[in-house]
Amino acid sequence: MMSRLLFAAEEIHAGDGGWWADTAGVMLVLPFVAFLLILAFGKKLKYKGGEIAVAALAINLVWATVLLLMNANGGVLDQITFEIGHIGSGLVFELGWVVDGLSILMFFLVNFVGLVVFVYALGYMKDDVRVDWFFAAFSLFAGAMLVLVGAPNLIQLIIGWEGVGLASYLLIGFYWEDLDNVRAGNKAFLTNKVADVGLILGAILVGVSIGSWDFGAIDFAAFEGAPELAAVATAGGLLLFFGAMGKSAQFPFHIWLPDAMAGPTPVSALMHAATMVTAGIYLMARMFPLFEYMAQNVRIVMIVIGTVTLFGVGLLAIVADDIKKVLAYSTVSQLGYMMTAIAAGGYTAGMFHLFTHASFKALLFLGAGSVIHAVHSNDMSDMGGLRKFMPTTFWTWVVGALALSGIGLSGFWSKDEILATMGEQGLTVVLWISIAGAFVTAFYMARATFLTFFGSYKGDGQPHESPRIMTVPLVILAVPAAVAGVLNIPGLSLPRLGNFTEWLAVRLVPMGDHHAEAINFGLAAMGLAAAVLGVVIGWLIYYPDKETQLQRDSFEIPVLFPLLRKKYYIDDLALGIVALIKGPLARLVDWTSTYVIEGLVNGVAGLVKGFGVFVYDTLDQRGVDGVFNGLSAAADGAGSVVRKWQSGRVQQYAASFVAGALILVVLFVFVI
Amino acid sequence: MLLSQFLVLGAALFAFGVYGLLVRRNIVLILLSVELMLNAVNINLIAFESVLASPEAIGHVFAIFVITVAAAEVGIGLAIVLMIFRNRKSANVDDLNLMRW
Repeated sequence: MMSRLLFAAEEIHAGDGGWWADTAGVMLVLPFVAFLLILAFGKKLKYKGGEIAVAALAINLVWATVLLLMNANGGVLDQITFEIGHIGSGLVFELGWVVDGLSILMFFLVNFVGLVVFVYALGYMKDDVRVDWFFAAFSLFAGAMLVLVGAPNLIQLIIGWEGVGLASYLLIGFYWEDLDNVRAGNKAFLTNKVADVGLILGAILVGVSIGSWDFGAIDFAAFEGAPELAAVATAGGLLLFFGAMGKSAQFPFHIWLPDAMAGPTPVSALMHAATMVTAGIYLMARMFPLFEYMAQNVRIVMIVIGTVTLFGVGLLAIVADDIKKVLAYSTVSQLGYMMTAIAAGGYTAGMFHLFTHASFKALLFLGAGSVIHAVHSNDMSDMGGLRKFMPTTFWTWVVGALALSGIGLSGFWSKDEILATMGEQGLTVVLWISIAGAFVTAFYMARATFLTFFGSYKGDGQPHESPRIMTVPLVILAVPAAVAGVLNIPGLSLPRLGNFTEWLAVRLVPMGDHHAEAINFGLAAMGLAAAVLGVVIGWLIYYPDKETQLQRDSFEIPVLFPLLRKKYYIDDLALGIVALIKGPLARLVDWTSTYVIEGLVNGVAGLVKGFGVFVYDTLDQRGVDGVFNGLSAAADGAGSVVRKWQSGRVQQYAASFVAGALILVVLFVFVI
Repeated sequence: MLLSQFLVLGAALFAFGVYGLLVRRNIVLILLSVELMLNAVNINLIAFESVLASPEAIGHVFAIFVITVAAAEVGIGLAIVLMIFRNRKSANVDDLNLMRW
């Protein structure tokens, strides 16, 4: 049964998107079709199935772009669902797609970044192993994310959520010949699984309380203050946030993300920019009315965790030697910004940072991939001086690094908006920590840039610029990384594109977004100053000095750096806790197994055995067998008596015959 | 009066036959005893037919049947006896007790 959107708050004005929204489900299906096609025919094709993956996302991008433009010009609000089943008469389970400001943005982001990364991967993975399987899993990754962001209800979101988890596991452990990579995949999967419990419990709690998993229904209930939802809002909100912490790598669940660098670099780019880690932020944005109108106290937890993440994990990037790990920690840090912004009420600010971050982080990862492709090492101590060898990579990297640091380009505008939201909400401490975080961000990006592209080359061989198929995606991504910020300058509405805030406001209910009406020049200046200071200090420490760079590379702050190198001992702590629990838990399980379960099993087995013995000995051996033995013994005895008559002597038979005849004669003559 | 004399003769002849059947050990003599019993029956049939004088002469017809069957029986019987004697060098029924339990 197909059903469409039925209600929307009176203040919301939007079209229904017509044919494009009705057929938007194509985007959710195509990557899975590509997945199957690549598995079936990938090996025979020139790019091992990469062209199928690219084609699927290219078609998807048409839909996403059309919908994005339609949404920018008047709004698109539509939902199409098909009933799959139901529990009783109340809880209906539906699959389908929702088309509104938020999902359209994510459709565009996933398909755009996905397409660019896929094209890049055509070059990057060219001579690699199992290329067809790589593209198949990659399509699955994008498809699962589209199912997630297009989900009209929590159940489909969970399906996509787990699909993303599965695909990320497959891709992180892609080079499974090395046990460390397999471990990294397991770590990512299991860490996410722990958090997923929260998501599932939260979904059950919220869904059962109002009798629907539909996001529209939940948002509406939150908006109107439905008492049954209010009763579970805090617990449900906490559980959902717990789930989001896992996927979005919030402290202390961030431990899986740096390890996830074990996968091929395009995987990291897609995972950090558009698909995997944005899922948690997306969930928070999707459920924003719940936190805005009901579960306000959960937001305090979110702000604390987000702030710890954005600063604490950001610091870890300073000591990382692996260029991809620097970027990984920076992603976690930026996710902390987004989470804190959404928790502070900055729905648009958080999503806008997600949007700009997706472009420049994908750019940085692809740039890092290009560098790794050239020097065949992830370690920054093997790089240096690459500016001269790889000009395109260098300049696009600089664009990405400046954007991430918040200096002038897109990251500046989105980060400023987050700072403005915090300032407006009066979160002074969080605001100062965020500004300090901006300093840290700029510092480690300066460090990575100077160590990689300046000074003298320290690796082996002659590095060379990557082929066109890899540099063109870099240039394409550099454009939004540079200019995407203008989409949401307060008070500015672009012709034919409008304003990012308006895009995102197209939802069923008003978001109650806390949005800065004008540029806060004071905070913008402070954020910019912190970032510039970070770059300057990074420049001073890691300046491209051929003779001394190696020496300055060993720049060290006592106490802090060793602590950072140990990652605050969180990995060790987690392992320690596991080790601590493992022993007693194993013993408990063993005891339970030995005495309780085995006792139960033995008891049941004893009963069954006793019954069997009874049946065999008494019923069968004595009862049934007795009857037949008795019968046969009787027949045997009778036979042994009677058979003696069968003497074989003809005359004895004749005598019997004569005797019988005589008896008959006597009977006939005298008796009858 | 004449009938009863015939019946006595028939009964005596049948009794000799039974006696010979039960007592003799030689197979050939047993067969002869059986012939005696058959002919005792024939005498009875003829005697009753001569009294009743039925138009179809049923008694005579049956007597001829019995003679025919007796001839056939003796033919087969003697052939069996001959084969047994050839195999066992004996015609004593006490030696022929294989057909027992």
